[in-house]
Amino acid sequence: MIRGQQIPEELGRYALLGVALLYLVGLVAMPLVVVFVEAFANGIGSYVRALLDPYALAAMRLTLLTAAVVVPLNLVFGVAAAWAIAKFEFRGKNVLITTIDLPFAVSPVISGLIYVLMFGAQGWFGPWLLAHGVHIIFAVPGIVLATTFVTVPFVARELIPLMQTQGNDEELTALSLGASGWQTFRLVTLPNIRWGLLYGVLLCNARAMGEFGAVSVVSGHIRGQTNTLPLHIEILHSEYNYVGAFASASILALLALVTLVAKTLLERRHPELRAGVTPRA
Amino acid sequence: MASNPTSDALPGLPLLPGAGAKSRTRRSFRMLPGFGLTMGYTLVYVSLIVLLPLSAAFLRSAELGPEKFWQVITAPRVLASLRLSFGAALIAASLNGVFGFIIAWALTRQRFPARRLFDAIIDLPFALPTAVAGIALTALYAPNGWIGQLLLPLGIRVAYTPLGIVVALAFVSLPFVVRTLQPVLGDLDRELERAAETLGASSIQTFIWVVLPSIWPTLLTGVALGFSRAVGEYGSVIFIAGNIPMVSEIAPLMIMTKLEQYQYAEATAIAVVMLLASFALMFGINGLQLWAQRRRPAR
Repeated sequence: MIRGQQIPEELGRYALLGVALLYLVGLVAMPLVVVFVEAFANGIGSYVRALLDPYALAAMRLTLLTAAVVVPLNLVFGVAAAWAIAKFEFRGKNVLITTIDLPFAVSPVISGLIYVLMFGAQGWFGPWLLAHGVHIIFAVPGIVLATTFVTVPFVARELIPLMQTQGNDEELTALSLGASGWQTFRLVTLPNIRWGLLYGVLLCNARAMGEFGAVSVVSGHIRGQTNTLPLHIEILHSEYNYVGAFASASILALLALVTLVAKTLLERRHPELRAGVTPRA
Repeated sequence: MASNPTSDALPGLPLLPGAGAKSRTRRSFRMLPGFGLTMGYTLVYVSLIVLLPLSAAFLRSAELGPEKFWQVITAPRVLASLRLSFGAALIAASLNGVFGFIIAWALTRQRFPARRLFDAIIDLPFALPTAVAGIALTALYAPNGWIGQLLLPLGIRVAYTPLGIVVALAFVSLPFVVRTLQPVLGDLDRELERAAETLGASSIQTFIWVVLPSIWPTLLTGVALGFSRAVGEYGSVIFIAGNIPMVSEIAPLMIMTKLEQYQYAEATAIAVVMLLASFALMFGINGLQLWAQRRRPAR
């Protein structure tokens, strides 16, 4: 190749690199920065005051409560589903995997809507539940259910490929040596999948705490009672209370950062974990 | 019982009918315990949490009857919202097809400062709650925002216009494109590209005739995944959209509005249209992924 051609090619390379980084900074990095800048726009005092607001604290409590219920539910489900799917062969396996993935393909608003259709005042079970004094929609159980729906796939889809590559040999050896099924799972399988489990739980938790659309449909937006942190942000923002909105947003942004750092560290030590989250619909 | 080695070598692939596969099934059933329990639990959980609620949408919309259903979804305001959601998602995904490709190329092929930081930040849209992304993008692209005030003199308004919707959807769908492309770009046989260059091809020719053909199915998969994520997006959009009926009102917001007016059947009809589109996309993407895998030379 002649020298004259090489210089424009080098220039092109740098130009492309510049475009890539500019796009990333303008679209992804700056939104993260702006959250913290806006949160501290009126100084640390108003930031702290915004976070100590009783409604903000109530919203944080509800968000933590929701995640504390939803994550264990989907953790147990994910392990059970992965055990059945990765360790055994059966007809319709791919249909089952697709079904577990379905919530990722559903719009968050629709994820909330379907629970309103089930448990709302005009829903299938709504009238019966109301007659018995059980409130699901516009109450905490609805928030938990909708959040469970949107986070169903996280742990399962992380564990399935991991357990499939690990195979059954170690478990079969443990069994042949006289271990019970439960012992085999606890002492052989669980240590093998612990990082994948942690990885799935991290992502599941981030989504559970940050879910907006689905929760918005079923919550009823009662301040101090059915407002999660993301919903609290929306209310403050619509009232032009930007410092308040961004202060609450900064808590969720920190959660996202912690998740991202933990995820990156896990991936660096265990590159195989990536396989499970290679994005699918 | 001799187990067929090929059935061991292909975990996760659909079980092919054949003697080897069958013998493996029987052996696994006998050896590992817990299939009945975990399978039963999985089926009950998925049925109660996923399938039953989803079926509610289809059954409730059926109550409308075909004529009323058609009326609801072809009402001008609903049609405009569907067109906007699908159109903006398509534009955002395509934008990411171009820029996501360049980013994936930069991350896999180039050395530059803070490369790992940039690589890690790609996943931010996965981790950042959509409401946070929504208010942050709005602040950034509003006429008085950091980026908005740079664009305003050029006559470009982003926030509170359909363009704002595209920006929000580009944000949420970016990781799908980049993360789909990255491993494939990394695995691509560099020898072929060098050979093309030695034969006198310019880098643009090499890209068009050597790189693009082998990466095309993967690129399409990434864009389709991004599109599928963007189409139903709600949280990050409603803050930046302005939400003007017929102009910047997305379909999920339309569903929300109908719900707030207690028009459950109408909301459900719009939801069913979107669900059908999402499921069709899911199948299309599965097909694309198979195609991409087959096109990918085995290393």
